[in-house]
Parts: sequence; structure tokens; C-alpha cells
Amino acid sequence: MASLIGFYSLFSGLLCSIFVIYFSIINFRNSKILDKKILIFTFFQFFFVIISFFALIISFVISDFSNETVFNHSHTTKPLFYKISGVWGNHEGSLLLWLVVLTLFIYLFLIKSKEQKKNYKILTLLFQEIIIIGFFIFLIKTSNPFNYIFPIPTEGLGLNPILQDPALAIHPPVLYLGYVGSSIIFSSALAGATLNYISKDWARHIKKWVIISWIFLTLGILLGSIWAYYELGWGGFWFWDPVENVSLMPWLCLTTLLHCILVLEKKNILTSWVVVLSITTFMLSMCGTFLVRSGILNSVHTFANDPERGLFILIFLFILIFLSLFIFFFIFKNSNKNPTNLFWLSKETSILINNWFMMYFLAVVLIGTIYPIFLEVITSEKISVGPPFFQKLIIPFLIPFLIFMAIGSQLKWVKSDLKNKLYLVLFFIISLILTLLIIKNLKINFLTNTVLLTAAFFLFFITVRDFFKKEFKNLSQNIAHFGFSLLILSILFNNIFSTEIISNLKIGETINSNKIQINFESINQKEKQNYKAIIGKFNIKDQYGKNQILNPELRIYNQPNIVTSEADIKTNLFTDKFITMNLVQNQDYFNIRYQIKPFMIWIWVSVIIICFGGTLSLFKRNYEN
Amino acid sequence: MYGRKVKLRFFFIFLILIILSLSVFLILKSLEENVVYFKSPTEIQTLTEINKNKIRIGGMVKENSILIDEKKLKFIVTDFKNDINVTYTGAIPNLFTEGKGVVAEGYLKDKKFFLATKILAKHDENYMPPEVKSALEEK
Repeated sequence: MASLIGFYSLFSGLLCSIFVIYFSIINFRNSKILDKKILIFTFFQFFFVIISFFALIISFVISDFSNETVFNHSHTTKPLFYKISGVWGNHEGSLLLWLVVLTLFIYLFLIKSKEQKKNYKILTLLFQEIIIIGFFIFLIKTSNPFNYIFPIPTEGLGLNPILQDPALAIHPPVLYLGYVGSSIIFSSALAGATLNYISKDWARHIKKWVIISWIFLTLGILLGSIWAYYELGWGGFWFWDPVENVSLMPWLCLTTLLHCILVLEKKNILTSWVVVLSITTFMLSMCGTFLVRSGILNSVHTFANDPERGLFILIFLFILIFLSLFIFFFIFKNSNKNPTNLFWLSKETSILINNWFMMYFLAVVLIGTIYPIFLEVITSEKISVGPPFFQKLIIPFLIPFLIFMAIGSQLKWVKSDLKNKLYLVLFFIISLILTLLIIKNLKINFLTNTVLLTAAFFLFFITVRDFFKKEFKNLSQNIAHFGFSLLILSILFNNIFSTEIISNLKIGETINSNKIQINFESINQKEKQNYKAIIGKFNIKDQYGKNQILNPELRIYNQPNIVTSEADIKTNLFTDKFITMNLVQNQDYFNIRYQIKPFMIWIWVSVIIICFGGTLSLFKRNYEN
Repeated sequence: MYGRKVKLRFFFIFLILIILSLSVFLILKSLEENVVYFKSPTEIQTLTEINKNKIRIGGMVKENSILIDEKKLKFIVTDFKNDINVTYTGAIPNLFTEGKGVVAEGYLKDKKFFLATKILAKHDENYMPPEVKSALEEK
């Protein structure tokens, strides 16, 4: 029943979209004010999609296995929370979620931009409707979430157990708010380009949308990262895996856009560049969806999938790219009379320089991610590009990047000078000395790491100084940059100081390594709602002779019959102690991995600080004077 | 004589071109160095020489082939035409079981022997390396 309602309201939603387009085109030519009907139909379009979304949720909650999606991804013994999160834990449901966000955002956009010109609003709406209709057709044609199966199975196949986790339950919605939020930027940039409205006013108006999607995208990536850290049992938080990279690419682009919008708002320059970035961000988000869903990526996160869907998204993607290129080259006239004279020492110059660095990072990630695909198509050779590639190409360039980030915030708009800037040199020397002290006591010798540490410390001190100095003039920027320096510092320290012990142990055995003693005392069994837990008891004596009990867990799920391991992590302010235990099939041995990860919590905290900086800027009328 | 502005502009274009070509060169260079090739056991049999680069192998873990002790894990990867012996030290993912797909990264010692440094876990129990899938379909 719910499936039926869901399916028909999906159709009704598509019908509404067609009405929206029809009325928009009429309204575009004839009237001075925005037709009320457009607003109403946009609302109904959202309303029907959300009904359909709720219908799917209900089907999941009541375990209606006549629905194919529910049958494939749910099970009666699953806890309620994961029944709900299972809705977007699969391809069909996650696309429906895309559509929910798409229609929600355009409706919010229409009611939130009352003061904007009518034609601009209508054009934005039209471009957005192209995307929406594309997704409607995609959903209904290739991945209908409401397919029937007959005869009705009595039990479902269950959700992949590693997705049954609180962080990953909210990861997709948050990430999608970021991804899809960029669609509004895309549509309004195209509308603005068509009407030659890319100006200071436009920048001021679109800025909050950019910031909102940026915050969600950042949080979404953070959640995925935290999840990977504790659920996958590798103890890392970023693996340069293609699926991770595709979320990083729009982030890099969006972050660049965020800074350029400020320059545009302030100085009315870089108009074309802003349009290009707006288009690219959304294209990269679409690309991400395509690459993850088509299965052409050789990724550890690959889920079984269907190439036909990939083809559809690819065609759709090409249509959108073609449309944007056409508008950008043939309709958009850069009517900007302001000469783009940049003084070499000014805030906008340093923003622009870091812009190029960001584009370089983007290029590295992009090439590293899609090169394997091209090679496979051309030579049918299968390759993967490992973390060393990214680290080698990105880390050295982070150094000037961080320094420009520190200096740029100290400069004025338009034209700045070097008066009273002696403290910059001073802080740099302090950072250098501090780094040398740290590195010297450690006896590690990595040239780039040393210089990178110095640069990160430099940014750290400059931003801390600003907290005391600046009377909170651009607090949000200051907080975000401070967070970024903290992030780089934590990642570096985490990398330098991490240690790990891997071994295969039987129950009762003890291993000694690097003055650390791990004693595998016993295992316990517990029955839970949809899995059986095997809980290990490990007594760990660290190098200071302190004892600690850690209890990693193995979960044997009933449906699908999969074993997952739950790491036990003891977190404090300075270090994480991390242990995982894996069962090796038909053997008495357990595979044990014990890791000491310093400053882990600071990586998460610093990203939250960065997001907080962004959030704060939403509540400010003018970014700065 | 060109004006100062034109000269400056030329200088900038020149600079940008140099930076661009430099970064393209850099990217391609390290791409060459850091690429990891993926081979199936059958492809390894047809290799003419064994080089020292890191590669990935993929296939199914042969039934009853897992052997383990305190330090090492040994198993056989098969694509149902050819086998390869793998020795591995390190963390073992949960989805690593006999009769399921596996991808291992490491170094070839010879055509029958592989020293793995990493076993990649897949998140999906139904996932199978593409080569293995096609090999299975041929059978």
C-alpha cells in the first residue's frame, strides 16, 4: 500500500515539475511579478517527493517485503534506527533522498530570495527543474524504489552490517545536503550568467547558499571519515580511496568558490572565475554520484551495482556540461568594466594565489582518481593509484599554501603594505625553532614534514594572535583558519607518533613488543537483536607499566551472514588506544591489531572548529568592512 | 617597442604557461612512479619478466588453503585457471574468507609466490573482483 502511494506521488511530483516549467516560461515573458502558481507547484513538487520518501520509510519500518528495495536491504530483526537509515543505505533510496534535497532547496531558494529580480528567480528555477526532471526520470526508469516482487518473501536480505552504524546512518543525508546544495549555486550561476547578473549583489545573495552547502559537505566528509576510522578497523581516517576522493573534489572546489565569492562581493572582480567554479562544483558532485554508482571505480568502498545507471548519469552529466558550456561561452558576456588590476600585496592577491593552489590540489586528486579508468578503457590494464602519489604531490605544496593563508589574513583589501608586519617574521622564527625542537628530540628526518610543521605552526600562531588582537573583526574566518592549522598539526603529529602492533594470537597468549605487553585473556559471547557478539578481553600493559582492559568485539550478523569487527577505542585528549580483533576462518588464531594514535580527537575537533567558523559567518550581515 | 603593460602581460602568460607545464610534468612523473597494476593469477603466468614494483593481485581464496601461525598468514589465490601462493603479515579484514573474493597488494617473488603487504577488504559480501567474475562466467 505504502509502495503504491510512494510510486504515484513520485509521478505526481514529476507532473508538478512539468507544470512548474510551463508556468515559469509563461511567467518569464508576460508578467512583472512572480506568479503565485509557480511557488505553489514548487511546493507541491517537494510535497509529493517527501510523501514518496516517507512511504519508503514506512515500507522499511513495517518491513513490507513486497517492495523490492525493502526486501534487498532490510530484515525484520534489524533495530528500528537502522531500518530507517536503510532507506538511504541503498542506491534507490539514496537517489530519492537526492531528489528530496533538490526539491527542498529550490523551494527554500524561492521563498528566501524575495528581493531578487523575478527573471533571475525563474531562470534559476528552470535550470534547477532540468536537474530535478533528470533525476525523476532516472529514478523512475532505472532505479524505482517501489518495485513489487511476487510472491512476497517472508524475510528480507538485510542491510550490509558495516552500514549499521550511527555515524554512517546520518552520513549520507548530511553529505547530500552539501552535494545537492551546490545544485542551487549551479542553477543560480547559470541564471546569473544568462542575465549578466554576476555582480556584488549576486555574490552577497548566493554567499549564504555557498556557505551552507560547504558546511554540510565538510560535516558529511567528517562523518564518513570518523566512521572509516572506527568501523573499518584500519585505524586511519583517510585512505585516498576513489570514493573518498570524489567527495574531496567538490569540497576543494566549493572552498575555492567560498573565497572567490568574498572577492567578488568586495571588489566586483573574478566574475567569470566564480561562474566556472560554481558550475564545476556541481559537476564534480554529479561526477561523484556517477563514479560511485556506476561501479567503474576500483575502490574498496565499491558496493555491488549496475552499469546501466552509470550510463544514464553519464549522459545526463554530458547534457548539463554542454548546457553550461554553451551558456558560459555564447550567452554570458563579461560586462564587467572594472579592470582586474591586482596589487601584488593585497588580500585578494593572496586569495587568488591560494586559489591556484587549490586548483592544483583538485587536479592532482582528479587525475589520481580518473587516470585508472582511462587507462583501463584504453589499454584494459587495471591499475590503482596509491596514497604515495597524493602525499608526494600535495604535501610539499601545502607549505606555501599555509603561509599564504597566514599572511593573506593580515593584509588589507585592494592595497596593503609591509608596515608593522615585523611580527610575521618573528612568528615564523618562533615556529621554526619550535619545529626544530620537536623534530630533534624525535630523531626523525623528513625534510618536507619539518617545513610543513613550521608552516602549520606559523598559521596557528598568527590565527591565535588574531583572536587577541583583532577585536573579532573577522572572527568566522579567523576561527576557520585556526581550525585548519589545528587540523594540519594534528594530522602531522598523528602521522609521526602513531605506532602499531599486529599479531595473530590464540586465547590466553601474550605478546611483547616495544615494551608493550598485550595479553589476550578471554572471550565472551552475547546474543543481540540481530547479531551474536564475541567480545574479547585484552589486558594491555603500556610502556609506563599501566594496565588497561580493552574489549574489541566481533559481530556475527544473522542476515546477511557477515562478520564485522568493532574496534575498542580508549580516547583521551592526547591519544587514542585502538584495538581490533578479527577472526580467521576455521582457525584458533585471532588477528589482533593494536594501535596508539596520538591527537586523533583533535583531527575531528579541528574540522568541527572549521565548520563552526563557517556557521558563524552566516549570522553576520557583512563579512567584514 | 611594446608598452610596459603589454610586456607585463606577456610575462604573466609566460609564467602561467611555465607553472602549468611544470605541474603537469610533476603529476605525470609521480603517476608513473606510484601506479599499482592489478593482475589476476593467469595474467601473472603470462608475464615475461618479474619486476620489483608493487602490484595487486585479485581472485578467490581457494577452499581449505588458509594456514596461519603467530606471525604469518598463508593462502592461495585462484581464478580457477591458475593459482598463486600468498604469504602475508598484517591485519586481516573480516570479509577475508575461503571461497570469497580477495585483493592483495604486495610484491611478486616468482610466478607462483606473492608476498603481500596489505589485504584490501571489500564492504560488500557480494563483491567479486571483475576478472574473477568473468573467469567464473566462462566456466
